[in-house]
Amino acid sequence: MQSKPVTLTILDVVSIILLGISTYLALVFAPTELVMGDVQRVFYFHIGTAWTALLGFILAAVFSVIYLVKKDLKWDRYQVAAIEVSLIFFFITIVLGSIWARPAWNTWWTWDPRLTTAAVTELIYIAYFMLRQGIDDPDRRARFGAVYALVGGLSAPITFFAIRLFRTIHPVVIGGANAEAEGGFSMTADMRVAFFFALFTFTIIFIDLFWNRIRLGDLQEKVEQLKLKVTM
Amino acid sequence: MITVKKLVKRFGLKTVLRGLDFEVQPGEFVALLGPNGAGKTTFLRILASLSRPSLGEVNVAGYRLPHEAAAVRARLGVVSHLPLLYGDLTAEENLRFYSRMYNLPNMEARITEVLEMVGLENRRRDLVRTYSRGMQQRLAIGRAVLHDPDVMLFDEPYTGLDQDASSMLDEVLQTVAAKGRTVVMTSHDLARAEDLATRFDILSRGVIAASATRRQLRRSNLLSFYKQALAD
Amino acid sequence: MANGQPNAQPPSGNFIKAVSAVVWKDLQAEFRSRELFSAMLVFSLLIILIFNFALELDVETRRSVTSGVLWATFAFAGTLGLNRSMAIEKDRGCLDGLLLAPVDRSAIYFGKVISNLAFMLIVEIIVLPVYSVLYNINLFQPGLLMVILLGSIGYVGVGTLLSTMSVQTRTRDILLPILLFPVVVPVLLAAVKASNGFLEGLELSEFLLPINLLIAYDIIFIAVAFMVFDNVVEE
Repeated sequence: MQSKPVTLTILDVVSIILLGISTYLALVFAPTELVMGDVQRVFYFHIGTAWTALLGFILAAVFSVIYLVKKDLKWDRYQVAAIEVSLIFFFITIVLGSIWARPAWNTWWTWDPRLTTAAVTELIYIAYFMLRQGIDDPDRRARFGAVYALVGGLSAPITFFAIRLFRTIHPVVIGGANAEAEGGFSMTADMRVAFFFALFTFTIIFIDLFWNRIRLGDLQEKVEQLKLKVTM
Repeated sequence: MITVKKLVKRFGLKTVLRGLDFEVQPGEFVALLGPNGAGKTTFLRILASLSRPSLGEVNVAGYRLPHEAAAVRARLGVVSHLPLLYGDLTAEENLRFYSRMYNLPNMEARITEVLEMVGLENRRRDLVRTYSRGMQQRLAIGRAVLHDPDVMLFDEPYTGLDQDASSMLDEVLQTVAAKGRTVVMTSHDLARAEDLATRFDILSRGVIAASATRRQLRRSNLLSFYKQALAD
Repeated sequence: MANGQPNAQPPSGNFIKAVSAVVWKDLQAEFRSRELFSAMLVFSLLIILIFNFALELDVETRRSVTSGVLWATFAFAGTLGLNRSMAIEKDRGCLDGLLLAPVDRSAIYFGKVISNLAFMLIVEIIVLPVYSVLYNINLFQPGLLMVILLGSIGYVGVGTLLSTMSVQTRTRDILLPILLFPVVVPVLLAAVKASNGFLEGLELSEFLLPINLLIAYDIIFIAVAFMVFDNVVEE
C-alpha cells in the first residue's frame, strides 16, 4: 500500500485553513457593497470557483491532445481528475450565481451568454462521463474520452461567442463599459484583497483536489491490478 | 510470410497475449486452436492490422505492423464470423464496392471470376440479406480473395453454419488455399481443422503452447495432441 | 496467382476513389431500402406537427419562430439518420471491412460525411416546400438554402465523428443526441440567427457574423475530426 505523500497532507491542511481565511475575508472583512448589499459577497467565491473550473476544463483539453499523441493512460487519469473536480466547481459557480441573480436581476436564471454557456458546458462534461460509462475497454474509453473532451473543449468557447451575438446582461466586472447599470460595481481596496485571496484559495483547493483525485485513480488501477492477480 | 516475435497485447490491465512467438512459411495452412478466451481472435485482429500490438514485432507479407499497415492490408484477405457485407446491396454491388476500395483494375471480370469460384454466379443480382448464412459466408470469402491476397486470415469461419453449408465452405476454402496462399485459421472445431490445415498450433494462456505439422501428427490424432498441449 | 505481385494499387492515388466508393455504396443501399430516408422524413413532419400544437403557429408567431422550428426539426431528424447510417456499418461487421481496405481512415470519414450530408439535404429539401405550403411562407430563398447547407455541414461533420464513437458503446442508440447536441449548440444558434435574418429580409451586414461563425465552425470541426478519426476506429 502506497502511503499518502506528506506534501499532499500538508496541502490538505493548507487548503482548509485558506478556505477559512477566505470565508472570513469575504463575509466579514470586505465592506458591504453599497447598491447590492450583503448578497454581493457570494461574488468572491463565485469567481474563485469559476476561474478554477475553467482552468480545469482547459487542462482537460490539453490532456486530450497529450493522450492522443502519447497513448499513456496516465494522461487519461489526469483528464478524468481535472474534469470531475471542474464539473463540481462549475456547479457551485452556477448555484452561487443564481443566489446573487435573484435579488440583483430579480430572477434565478436568465439565458445570457455566460449562464447559457455554463449550462451547456456542464452538459458537455456530463455527456463525457456518460460516454465513458458505456465503454468497457480502458484504452478505448480513454481514446473516446479524449476525443470528446477535445471537441467539447473547442465547442464551449465558440458557444460563448455565438451567444454574445445576442445582448448580454451579465456584468463585466473588470473593464466593462456601462457595467453598473447591469449590476457591475467597482471594487474598493479591501474588496480587492478578498477577491484575489479567494482566487488564490480556490486555485490551491483545486490543486489539492486534483492531486487527491489523481491519487485515487492510481489506487483504483492498483486495486484492479491486484484483483487480476488473484483471479489469474 | 508471417513472423511474430514476443508479441504482447494488453487491454488496459488485462494481458491477453504474453510474449507470443509465431512463424508461418509461404504456402502453409496453419490452424490456430485453443479454448475460448485464449486470445485467438485478438491475435488474428493484430495480424489483420485491426488492432495494435502493445509490444513486440509483427511482420506480415514482408511489412511491419502497425507502421506499414496499408501495404499489409493490400496483401491480406480476412474472413471473420461476421460477413462484412451490406445487406441492402446485391452480391455484385458488394464486390464492386470492395473492388473500388482496393482500387482493382478489370473490376467486372474479376468479380465474375470470384462469384464463379464461390458458386454464387447465378445469384449475383440478389440482395445479400436474402442469402442464407452459408451463402453469405461464401460471398464473404469471395470478398476476401477479390484482390488476390498472399495471406489469408480466417476467424472461426464455420460459426453458425449447418452441415451442408460447412462442407461447401470446406470446398471453397480448399480452392483458396490450393493457390499457394498462406492461411491462418482459428477454429474450435477440431475435425474441420484436421481436414484443411497443414500445421496445428495450440494457443493457450497467451502463448503458442504447442505446434505440430500434419506429418508429425500422423501417428497420434489431433484431439489427443490438443488435450495434451492444454494439460501441460 | 499469389506470387507477391498483388493486384491492389498503392493507397496514395486511391483517396478520392475510396471516398466516392463509400458515398456510392451508401446511396445505392439507401435508394433501395429507403429506410433511413423515410424514417427521417416522417419524423421531421411529425416534429413540425408537434410544434404546430405546442406553439400555436398562427400568422404572427410563425414569422418569428419559423427558423427555430426548422432547425429543431433538422437537429432531431439528423440524429436518427446518423445513428442508422453508422449502425449499418456495425451490423454485419462492415466497419472492419472498411478498415481492412488499404485506404486512409480519413477517406472513410469523408465518405460517411458526404453520404450523411446527402441524406440530410434530401430530407431538408422535402421538408422546406411542405413547410412553405402548410404555413404559407416562402422558404425558397438562395440565402436561406446556403445557411441550411452550411449548418448541415457542421452538424454532420461533428455528428459523423460522434456517431462513430456512440455505435461502439453499450448505450449506442440513446447516447448520440446526448453527445451531439451540447457541442453543436454554436451551429444551431448561428443557423437560427442567420435563417431569421433572411426570412425577415434584413440587410446582409446585420447577420454576416452568424454566417461567418458557421463557416468557421465547419472548418474547425471538420479539421479536428479529420485529425482524430483514426482514434475512434482503431484499436
